Amino acid sequence: MSLRMAWRKSINIVMLSLTGACTLLAVSVLFFILGYLVWHGGKDVNWNFFVKLPAPVGESGGGMANAIVGSAKLLLLAMLLGVPVGVLTGIYLAEFGGRTFGFLVRYTADLLNGVPSIVIGIFAYAVVVIPMHHFSTLAGGFALGVMTIPITVRSTEEFLRAVPNHLREAALALGASKWKAILTVVLPAASAGILTGIMLALARVAGETAPLIFTAFGNPFWSSGWNEPIASLPVMIYNYALGAYADWHEQAWAAGLVLLAFVLLVNITTRLILSRKISVSR
Amino acid sequence: MKRLRDFGILVVLLLMGGTAMGQSHDPVNLNAAGATFPYPIYSKWFDEYHKLHSDIQINYQSIGSGGGIQQLKAGTVDFGASDMPLKDELLAQFSFKILQFPTVLGAVMPTYNIPGVSAELKFTPQALADIYLGKVTKWNDSEITSSNPGVSLPGNDIVVVHRSDGSGTTFVWTDYLSKVSSEWKDKVGSNTSVNWPVGLGGKGNEGVSGVVQQTPNSIGYVELIYAIQNHLPYGMVKNSSGKFIKASLATVTAAASGAAAMMQKDIRVSITNASGADAYPICSFTYLLIPVSISDATKRDTIKGFLHWMLASGQGMVEALDYARLPQAVVGIEERQISQIQ
Amino acid sequence: MSSSASAAARAPSPGAARAFLRRLALGDAITHIVTLIFAASIIIITSLLVYQLWVNSVASRKAFGWHFWTTTVWDPVFDHFGALPFLYGTVITSVVALLLAVPLGVGAAIFLAELAPPRISEMLAFMIDLLAAVPSVIYGLLGIFVVVPFVRTELAPFLETTLGFLPFFRGPSYGVGVLTASLVLTMMIVPFIISVSREVLMAVPRDQREAALALGATRWESTIRVVVPYARSGITGSIFLAMARALGETMAVTMVIGNDPKVFTSLLAPGYTIAAVIANEFSEATGTLYLQALIELGLVLFLVTFILNGLARLLILATEQRAGARV
Repeated sequence: MSLRMAWRKSINIVMLSLTGACTLLAVSVLFFILGYLVWHGGKDVNWNFFVKLPAPVGESGGGMANAIVGSAKLLLLAMLLGVPVGVLTGIYLAEFGGRTFGFLVRYTADLLNGVPSIVIGIFAYAVVVIPMHHFSTLAGGFALGVMTIPITVRSTEEFLRAVPNHLREAALALGASKWKAILTVVLPAASAGILTGIMLALARVAGETAPLIFTAFGNPFWSSGWNEPIASLPVMIYNYALGAYADWHEQAWAAGLVLLAFVLLVNITTRLILSRKISVSR
Repeated sequence: MKRLRDFGILVVLLLMGGTAMGQSHDPVNLNAAGATFPYPIYSKWFDEYHKLHSDIQINYQSIGSGGGIQQLKAGTVDFGASDMPLKDELLAQFSFKILQFPTVLGAVMPTYNIPGVSAELKFTPQALADIYLGKVTKWNDSEITSSNPGVSLPGNDIVVVHRSDGSGTTFVWTDYLSKVSSEWKDKVGSNTSVNWPVGLGGKGNEGVSGVVQQTPNSIGYVELIYAIQNHLPYGMVKNSSGKFIKASLATVTAAASGAAAMMQKDIRVSITNASGADAYPICSFTYLLIPVSISDATKRDTIKGFLHWMLASGQGMVEALDYARLPQAVVGIEERQISQIQ
Repeated sequence: MSSSASAAARAPSPGAARAFLRRLALGDAITHIVTLIFAASIIIITSLLVYQLWVNSVASRKAFGWHFWTTTVWDPVFDHFGALPFLYGTVITSVVALLLAVPLGVGAAIFLAELAPPRISEMLAFMIDLLAAVPSVIYGLLGIFVVVPFVRTELAPFLETTLGFLPFFRGPSYGVGVLTASLVLTMMIVPFIISVSREVLMAVPRDQREAALALGATRWESTIRVVVPYARSGITGSIFLAMARALGETMAVTMVIGNDPKVFTSLLAPGYTIAAVIANEFSEATGTLYLQALIELGLVLFLVTFILNGLARLLILATEQRAGARV
């Protein structure tokens, strides 16, 4: 009996340490990625990288200023499409949603969230690029915008639902109509959460490459207006990494570092905002 | 709520800023896409041309010749570029007429990465076809060793690398293999992308030379400039007169020398496996594909202006990048062709 | 809005007050309808997406029918398109990645949910979330420059000497290939499995564990015999989610798989996936049939991930509701 107990105990310890090892392995990947990018890309993230245009093929020097601005413009468009649709739908789901229809919308949003990004690219190509006869910032922004919608919907709904019901009831009791209560009480209470949801959605699509390669396309120059092809950081990383020039590889590392830094910073910041918010409201 | 509103204001301001930035000056933006084979010289040309005319930006994306043809057909670019001259049946798929302008001459060569072998390998047409057909699978196969006496080749498997995208380089390569191997012609044929019997795919000239560089015992085919710039060893190929020729400006020019006469009649000529004792056998013109009628007058003038410049000063830059310049007679033919653009 | 608020404050006569109330009710209706329209737009966008994929692949579906999925020739020269190699490559890379990622991910989730002190668990879970946020092109970048050389010089020779008797580890390795793609996919989906499984495990009611422990079970026994079975459908859901993501993953795979449309037996061989072939060939497909064949691939990729995601959500929902009902 005691032998059996010892056996069970040792199994216990072995398995528990194995799960710990799994965790360690998984988390160490993060530090590996970060360290490797800093090591390889750090020395090439310099002033030129941020202010210069890419050099012609085979010439050294140049930067990715246009790709950085390009990514920003694409994200702006994505936000213009994704935020209204996402937030209003979130409001509908949290405040009005009928049982069946609400479920249907929520479910569709989840499924849209799971659609491979390359398929979203085909979609944007078919509905924006082909009719407009133009690869454009608009097409890229549309593709990214569609991807932000489901994320924004779910986070908005979640944060609205987290607003205590007594706040709503208090507003209604004071004679406010439902929409006024939503606008003046519920939304402000959830605004930090909704904002972080939007930021997270943007951070996620900021790194998307597949939907951009045949919508936003690429551009070695500054892209003026919204109807021209435009460079973006992820597409530049993709092209430069596959290229045969050592100079391109270095720039790809640098761009990777900048992109990753942006994505992680947004994630960390939103987490900090959220945890502060939660501790305050508690 | 306040935060949300501030956020909204920020968005509107940014948006207005972005739009204003776009409208402050009125540059001519042309979009083009296509061949990767001439990408280095095109990116040089468009960069230089932008320096000369700061209001003109020609955005060239090297997505492959197949892509250039397809995107021009779909009307998503202003002009295309291809290493494969468009045949009549392909032209019939367009809803508008196309003019084809040869820009430079290039060569495609077998490049390889065999650890321990620094000698320059010699390839017979048969050996190249059989390697790409998957019939020759080891580096020490007699088909390779017989033309390379004195070189000790390893018994390793040959890693065949080809283009994964639709590419004019692939067209030139398969066009050549089709001319020298009837088996290749029947089984595979020639096009911008084909059904490869063996091999790994790399995207673009960059992708192929990248894979070759990173993979021991591999063979790939790339444009001359990529092999030179990346210090990849590349082999000599036996031409139709039985001589092993190394690709160079002189041997490529030699291959094109007979072409001008034919191009009077039809500008689309294949110069692979050209006759001539010093002709390198795997080379070709590369083309810009320009619609005959361009309704936007500014764009039309810009394209015409660029073509004239390309045929004059532009040609002066090509040799520095290891392309062969156009024969003078061909420049004359093209100058006349420019006037057809309306 | 401030004007209506002050109007309410003034509200001089009963008639005006009633009109005001009506207006308020009207405001409710408008808000309801506007948000409803936006909510419906999600369904419309998704349907439009399906519609576009469907109508733009009609020529390919007509020309090849079901043979599209059973033939292996992908030949743009002669306009023969068979998608089996892509389907096969997609499934194999994802399955291999799951075989590696599931034990790792579920193990880590158990540690985080059951064993680690809450503080540390929170922090580690946050790092896992960060890992899930790393863009796929960056995994591709590391894939090309780190994983590919590692597989070529270390892993593949090692596998060939130790496991070479199996057909899966034979033949030359180029570094790029199915195994490399699977490894990169593993790295990408582990964070997903961990964070969803952890949440599902944490939703298992406390009393389940305590009952098992009280009966003399060790910590591990209570976890593996009681908690994990309780959360089984949720964990399965997380695996489906991860699988959907692996199937649809584009950039990282395109960069390391070798792009060779063949049906392979050796994992060291190069392969091709649906998403990768679309990324490589979509913008350059000459000819309607070629383009439509690619869009049909997109359609199927969409349907498969759609079904997997659908199942996953239902499973996760089921666990959470079951847990919710008990609490």
